[in-house]
Amino acid sequence: MFGVWVIKEALVAILELKGLGKNFGKNVAVNEIEMSVEEGEIRGLIGPNGSGKTTLFNLISGFLKPTRGMIIWQGQEITGLPPHVVTRLGLVRTFQLTALFSEMTVMQNVVISCHLHTGTTLWQQFRHSAETRRKERETEEKALNLLESMGIADRKDEIAAELPHGHQAALGIANALATGPKMILLDEPVGGMNPTETSETMDRIKMLRDRGITVLLVEHDMRAVMTTCDKITCINFGNKIAEGAPQMVCNHREVVEAYLGEEMACSL
Amino acid sequence: MQKNNVNRSVWLTILAIIMVVAPFTISGYKVDFLTMLMVNVILAVSFRLITTTGGWSLAHVPMMGAGAYATALISGKLGIPFWFSMPLAGLAAGLTGLAISYPLVRTKDFSFFVASFAAGEAIRLCWIRFKVPFGGHRGLGVPIPELIPGVPALDFAEAIPYYFLTLVVTIICLSLMYRLDNSRIGDSMKAVQSQEALAKSVGINADGYKMLAFFIGSFFAGIAGVLLAHRLWAIEPHQFGFTTTLYLLVWVVFGGSHTFAGPIIGVVVLTILGEVLQPLADWVPMVYGIIIILTLIFLPDGLESLPSRLGSSAGKIWKIRISFGD
Ligand SMILES: Nc1ncnc2c1ncn2[C@@H]1O[C@H](COP(=O)(O)OP(=O)(O)O)[C@@H](O)[C@H]1O
Ligand SMILES: [Mg+2]
Repeated sequence: MFGVWVIKEALVAILELKGLGKNFGKNVAVNEIEMSVEEGEIRGLIGPNGSGKTTLFNLISGFLKPTRGMIIWQGQEITGLPPHVVTRLGLVRTFQLTALFSEMTVMQNVVISCHLHTGTTLWQQFRHSAETRRKERETEEKALNLLESMGIADRKDEIAAELPHGHQAALGIANALATGPKMILLDEPVGGMNPTETSETMDRIKMLRDRGITVLLVEHDMRAVMTTCDKITCINFGNKIAEGAPQMVCNHREVVEAYLGEEMACSL
Repeated sequence: MQKNNVNRSVWLTILAIIMVVAPFTISGYKVDFLTMLMVNVILAVSFRLITTTGGWSLAHVPMMGAGAYATALISGKLGIPFWFSMPLAGLAAGLTGLAISYPLVRTKDFSFFVASFAAGEAIRLCWIRFKVPFGGHRGLGVPIPELIPGVPALDFAEAIPYYFLTLVVTIICLSLMYRLDNSRIGDSMKAVQSQEALAKSVGINADGYKMLAFFIGSFFAGIAGVLLAHRLWAIEPHQFGFTTTLYLLVWVVFGGSHTFAGPIIGVVVLTILGEVLQPLADWVPMVYGIIIILTLIFLPDGLESLPSRLGSSAGKIWKIRISFGD
């Protein structure tokens, strides 16, 4: 039984971190993280503020170069590759403080985010022939579908900066999805959302899994994490302290001490 | 949309007629003034092209110089006809821009300013130091372009023929840059400026687009340099010094860099103002200084934003934002 499980994991791990670490001067933000995410799962990543979750995202997505360790994506080492190349390989992240092309419209945001799938060369974009225009219209249709699936299609002509917070977060996810990822790293996607928006967003995240997209989710809303994730990893001071099924991690002694607190653990 | 297009074609037609008729109604001096104005328009628009990816390069005027020196060498020393020398010199300037962009795109904000300034000065220093082939402080002579190579009778020595040569080249340059600005390439460049981290994250090679902007912007600055050189018949390193860079910055800040028209409006208004103030020439730098300060405080998005500003609430006009170089 155990042996079978190990083989299965070895076959389907889409992302593996091996001894991954990052120091900022003397501050060890991430320390020798070992982690393996299976294809098609929703993995929760929890931990107190400053425990290194965002730094881990920055390492995986290529925004920071690790001090030590390796990142393996679909069996291929991607350690140290620049962000746009990592995205091209199908691994995309969102930003904790939602980053948008804020002076552009919602539609323009997603159209630009379809950058990798325009099907046109720079020269064709410059010449702008009928064929290119047709492809641009296709991209716009694709973008509109994406906005619909995120529930913000009716806002498509509004300036991104002027959207309410919840819709901005949804647009942030739409931008990431526009790259056509196999895996998405979501950094506190429901931060600042009201309960209705939160449960809608969580439903959409589950839909991503149904579309075959693997999810790594950083979130403080424990109820959301518990009900959405297949498996949870908890880190503290840059070290992994627990990993497993949500219920198991939630009752893990160290996790309760470091992060959840007694009351929280009991209520979940 | 439709109405807008019609409106624009009407305005462009009127402008075209004025531009064609004007040189026959004014003095030769004023014709040359308009010629130089067009050169500066190309310079300012090509500068904006680089700013669309986020960097306000202080090496842009030396890029114009690179084009001027290149054509002086190619057409003057090597004797290659103007029609070939112009694109080749543009290419030389473009490649110079590409070369300096490689280190420059790895810097940000203040260090970008300093590094781009240093790069521009280094290039200027080469022209001063290497008397062969650049002629040192005295610079180089530049031949008068000929319509048909080897037929000196049909040359561009007079103000009016040169004016039309410049007009045609300016129209071509502006249309190419306009097209680029409105293409997806332009959108990707603006995305890099708007939110670089997100742009990278959605798969845009931010450094690549910045270098592309440097290459193309420097190419057109080089063309402006070619037009300048072949009218002045001689070039010197100090023409491409920091004073000219300051003028360029003032034009673009004053006109605004968000729209294609902004820098054009900036150059045209300020150059004409400078000409009107000719009797007070000593005061022009101070007037420019006051203009730039007032613009940054009251109209941070430049003159181009005036129509929408007047339309919006009065309170917004007082919003102080220094949008210089982010
Ligand atoms: N760019 C940076 N430079 C220096 N220190 C950083 C940087 N980014 C994060 N840190 C530090 O790394 C640690 C982890 O931060 P972070 O990954 O943002 O935590 P989390 O996302 O879990 O709240 C913190 O101590 C933080 O101060
Ligand atoms: Mg964080």
